[in-house]
Amino acid sequence: MATATVPSVERENYLNKHYGVGSWLLTTDHKRIALLYLISITFFFFIGGFFALLIRLELLTPASDLVQADTYNKLFTMHGQVMVFFFLIPSIPAVLGNFLIPLMVGAKDLAFPRINLLSWYLYIIAGIMMVHCMLTGGIDTGWTFYTPFSTAFSNTKVIEAGLAIFVSGFSSILTGLNFVVTIHRMRAPGMTWSRLPLFVWAHYATSIIQILGTPVIAITLVLVVAERALHLGIFDPKLGGDPLLFQHLFWFYSHPAVYIMILPSMGVVTEVIACFSRKRIFGYTFVALSSIAIAVFGFLVWAHHMFVAGISVYAALIFSLLSYSVAVPSAVKVFNWTATLYKGSIHYDAPMLYAFGFLGLFTMGGLTGLFLAALGVDVHVTDTYFVIAHFHYIMVGGALMGYMGGMHFWWPKITGKLYPEGWARLAALIVFIGFNLTFFPQFVLGYLGMPRRYADYSHMPEFQVLNVLSTAGSTVLAVGYLLPMIYFLWSMRYGKPASDNPWNAAGLEWKTQSPPTTFNFEEEPVVTWEAYNYDEIDKGRKEEVQVVG
Amino acid sequence: MAGNVDALFIFLLIVSGLMSLLIFVAIIYFAARYRHRKGVQAEQIEGSIPLELSWSIIPLAVFMVIFAWGAVVYFQGRTPPRDATEVYVVAKQWMWKLEHAEGQREINELHVPVGRDVKLIMTSQDVIHSFFVPAFRMKQDVLPGRYTVAWFRATKSGTYHLFCAEYCGTQHSGMIGSIVVMEPAQYEAWMSGGSGGPLSATGEKIFAELGCATCHRADAQGRGPNLQGMFGKPVQLEDGRMITADENYIRESILDPGSKVVKGFKPLMPTFQGLVSEEQLNALVAYVKSQAQAGAGATKASAAMTAPEGVPGKGNQVQ
Repeated sequence: MATATVPSVERENYLNKHYGVGSWLLTTDHKRIALLYLISITFFFFIGGFFALLIRLELLTPASDLVQADTYNKLFTMHGQVMVFFFLIPSIPAVLGNFLIPLMVGAKDLAFPRINLLSWYLYIIAGIMMVHCMLTGGIDTGWTFYTPFSTAFSNTKVIEAGLAIFVSGFSSILTGLNFVVTIHRMRAPGMTWSRLPLFVWAHYATSIIQILGTPVIAITLVLVVAERALHLGIFDPKLGGDPLLFQHLFWFYSHPAVYIMILPSMGVVTEVIACFSRKRIFGYTFVALSSIAIAVFGFLVWAHHMFVAGISVYAALIFSLLSYSVAVPSAVKVFNWTATLYKGSIHYDAPMLYAFGFLGLFTMGGLTGLFLAALGVDVHVTDTYFVIAHFHYIMVGGALMGYMGGMHFWWPKITGKLYPEGWARLAALIVFIGFNLTFFPQFVLGYLGMPRRYADYSHMPEFQVLNVLSTAGSTVLAVGYLLPMIYFLWSMRYGKPASDNPWNAAGLEWKTQSPPTTFNFEEEPVVTWEAYNYDEIDKGRKEEVQVVG
Repeated sequence: MAGNVDALFIFLLIVSGLMSLLIFVAIIYFAARYRHRKGVQAEQIEGSIPLELSWSIIPLAVFMVIFAWGAVVYFQGRTPPRDATEVYVVAKQWMWKLEHAEGQREINELHVPVGRDVKLIMTSQDVIHSFFVPAFRMKQDVLPGRYTVAWFRATKSGTYHLFCAEYCGTQHSGMIGSIVVMEPAQYEAWMSGGSGGPLSATGEKIFAELGCATCHRADAQGRGPNLQGMFGKPVQLEDGRMITADENYIRESILDPGSKVVKGFKPLMPTFQGLVSEEQLNALVAYVKSQAQAGAGATKASAAMTAPEGVPGKGNQVQ
């Protein structure tokens, strides 16, 4: 549905105003910082993906033959740490949020442009520490750092990885802080809270978690480092510590961290569904408030990761009950998105295909979460491939599908170029098929009892068929992620120039040029319309056509 | 137990199957029915509070049913029957050491009879492990420095996988074994093959060797509390708290005697941390437990054990 009225001469914009390495590394432009993040997280995505492929290849056969057990343990550890802390947590907020929030609220930049640059530098320092850790031996504790294994038994680079993640946390906190202040203080005249795009609401909720949750993981990692380096007895029972204390602290952040990953993706999907259905989102207030509800309830459910860890039966009952409370706002969102389609005028461009994919996969991820929150069932399926499948449906099927959808949707705005639509639709389809082929068999594996983090299953050859399917799926999935990488790069040079608003989308970001100028808007916008005013946009277009015709 | 878990699992499959069917059919139908057509505009709908309320409250009600059902199944799985056979489990990188109360020792293999409740009293020598028998739908983490408890009742003879389900280092995937479930007659035959006598007898020997009996005398005159008839009973502590004398309490009292001193006694006992192995500790615990019956009627309850008798069920629950 891309329509084009494209200027023939390239206008001045944030990309061509300044040239040279210095103009990028010292920039305080949120759009350029977003691109710096884009390049950095893409690098880590492919590293994490490479580890994932090696894991899947190793599991193709029951014996541990491609890599040894020690190497395998490092692979899944670093796959998890890279994907969670260096890709998923920054992904949508630091790239799309960074780029779009000032545009969406009608501001020139984020509230603290230099802090924004600082947060990228912190991320890069953390990234270099992590890469150094990987190159000099890696870490094998599992991404969860469970004590006392991590503090007293592992012979790998626990301290280095812990400190890398510690530093990356500050990058995350500063981004969240920047967003909260920007959303409060920098909205253009007329941009009331009820006119904010739901993408902004989702990021507001995400930022709350980043600011309140991340310090806890930072402290926890410092304690791990202290116990490992200085033998302070905190978690190790031999030193008088309590290993369950670590798990409580770790999950107090790491459960809400799932919402850091999924909420921004929900924000993207909301924008995309509204645009490609040409409709105001159904139940705007409920979708907005459900983001906040998820952020708040998300802090109250952490011990559902610990039902068999040795917590008391009564604690388990409370955390199971509370876990269902966080399922409700997620369900409310899915129902509202579905209702938005009703009587819409639905287009099937690539971003919408990703949004459909998100709806299907996130729904499955969410529903299997009900299984895990049910105490009696959790005892059997926790720490098996059922859990692996469940959280990949949320974090890849949900968060990553949303990220890909968002990248396609805003690519014309970011680069001023159109991506090749046919290839993009094909890639979306490949990702969807590859994803299900990879992870659906893992639900079955888990229920049959295959534990996670097993390098070798030669005593259980009955698990091989499902593992072969999963490995096959992962190669399909890899193709699905490489394709966009190729055509995005291609389109930067050869893509058709994009108009200012190729999707005829609502939202302030589409009212400025593509790519935007350094300060986003020629003059400060004044908002006089409600969010998602697709009726007015489409009516306006019709009249335009009639006048021209 | 497997049946209960599977029943709930199937219920969950049906519920989530119906929910996803509802959502997916709606999405596909809307996507096809309302696909973009030239000249047809979307119809704007603001939202609907009755709809929002119903699709919040109805799922919540369904969730509560799942919660309650899951809680019941969990509660059963966490509460070992009082008369269960006891097996002590010591996990270490990367093997399972099992010792029957009757004294048989096994490594990476556990023989049990069909139809008998088996209670596992587990601890780890190093990192966290997890005792996982998929066929019994049973899993419990095994922690260093304390006991955790699980139980099962096998209903069919055969050999079943035993896995370590909590990542524990290099050979995590090699920390596997099997549960051999035997017909009672076969099991009796297996049991009669050599053992060093019951675990509690081993414990009694260690108890004597370490000189525990000098203070923990079988009358009320000792410098330490009389251990006869103590296990499973409420104990009043020096600081006024009431606790139940369970496996973890005995364990803690041996390794860290000063932490929970019985009312009326002085914190004189030295720690045995590092002096007794996990296996010896288990034997000591088994011995003290065996004194629960011995002391029940034989001696008068010591002054410290003032709390009422007969609080069934509580003593076996160790977390």
